[in-house]
Amino acid sequence: MTAVADVIAAVCLLAGAALCLTAGLGLVRFPDVLSRMHAGTKPQVLGVLLVMVGAAIRLEGWANAWMLLLVAAFQLLTAPVSAHLISRVAYRRRHVRRDLLLVDEYGGGGHEDLRHHGDEPGDAPPRPDSAGPR
Amino acid sequence: MTVEPAATRLRHQVPLMLWLVVVWMLLWGTWSWANLLSGLVVAFVLLVLLPLPHVVGGTRVRPLPLLVFLGHFLADLVVSGAEVAWEALRPGGLRNTAIVQVQLRVDSDLLLTMVAEATSLVPGSLVLDLDREGRVMTLHVLPARDLADVERKRSHVLVVEQRLVRAFGSAEDLAALERVTRVEAP
Repeated sequence: MTAVADVIAAVCLLAGAALCLTAGLGLVRFPDVLSRMHAGTKPQVLGVLLVMVGAAIRLEGWANAWMLLLVAAFQLLTAPVSAHLISRVAYRRRHVRRDLLLVDEYGGGGHEDLRHHGDEPGDAPPRPDSAGPR
Repeated sequence: MTVEPAATRLRHQVPLMLWLVVVWMLLWGTWSWANLLSGLVVAFVLLVLLPLPHVVGGTRVRPLPLLVFLGHFLADLVVSGAEVAWEALRPGGLRNTAIVQVQLRVDSDLLLTMVAEATSLVPGSLVLDLDREGRVMTLHVLPARDLADVERKRSHVLVVEQRLVRAFGSAEDLAALERVTRVEAP
């Protein structure tokens, strides 16, 4: 019985750790802030949940399990908020690789700054109208 | 801001108070009367010092649709988690992304928040903006292979919304949603 529990716990811990690793890789490999927020918040949420499940199985005792449950709950509640705020700022500051966007229905959201170019990523191709500051 | 009777205000704060007490007890990890009493005191002090506006509108929980929602949510979490992880790993780097607007149909602060949270938690979609008046949610979706893929993701958000309304919505929310969906799909 303990052997089975150990195997399940190990699988959960390893899978969670692997997902957190892909989150880190995504942070390095993705081209702009919006995509990086996907990598930083999403596989990592599932990764943390899996690590929590694995730890709850491995650490016997309800006190630990309750604490882990709280960690998981607050992770689920807070991850979207920070991701939303950071990506919203990034979009307004134009830190977006627009050439990679298949569709853009937001169109600046009415907050487009026409005078300044903002923090456009350094590896983005030049804008067609970038003849210098207007 | 309207001033409401103290009794009503107190009644609206009860769920929040219960939640704070539960968090307090979970943090201590053990059940005891001392924990319960100290938790009640801490929760009361917090609610008096940092008052929050209460959530407008009653919400009911339907157990079976809630299970349906949770099951689909976990499945989405795993499937899209794998998808985003693969995008991070695959040779050749990231493919296209897209910014999409979705017209939601619910008209309740709480349900809109839930839809946004659920959408944001599932990998591959990130809420950029939520227009409360027009009920329009702006999303950044991560692997966007082609336009059909984008449309599929857009309709998926509406399905999630439907499941959430079935699980948490009031009778009026549910009726409004059924009306809209019938008009859309004759």
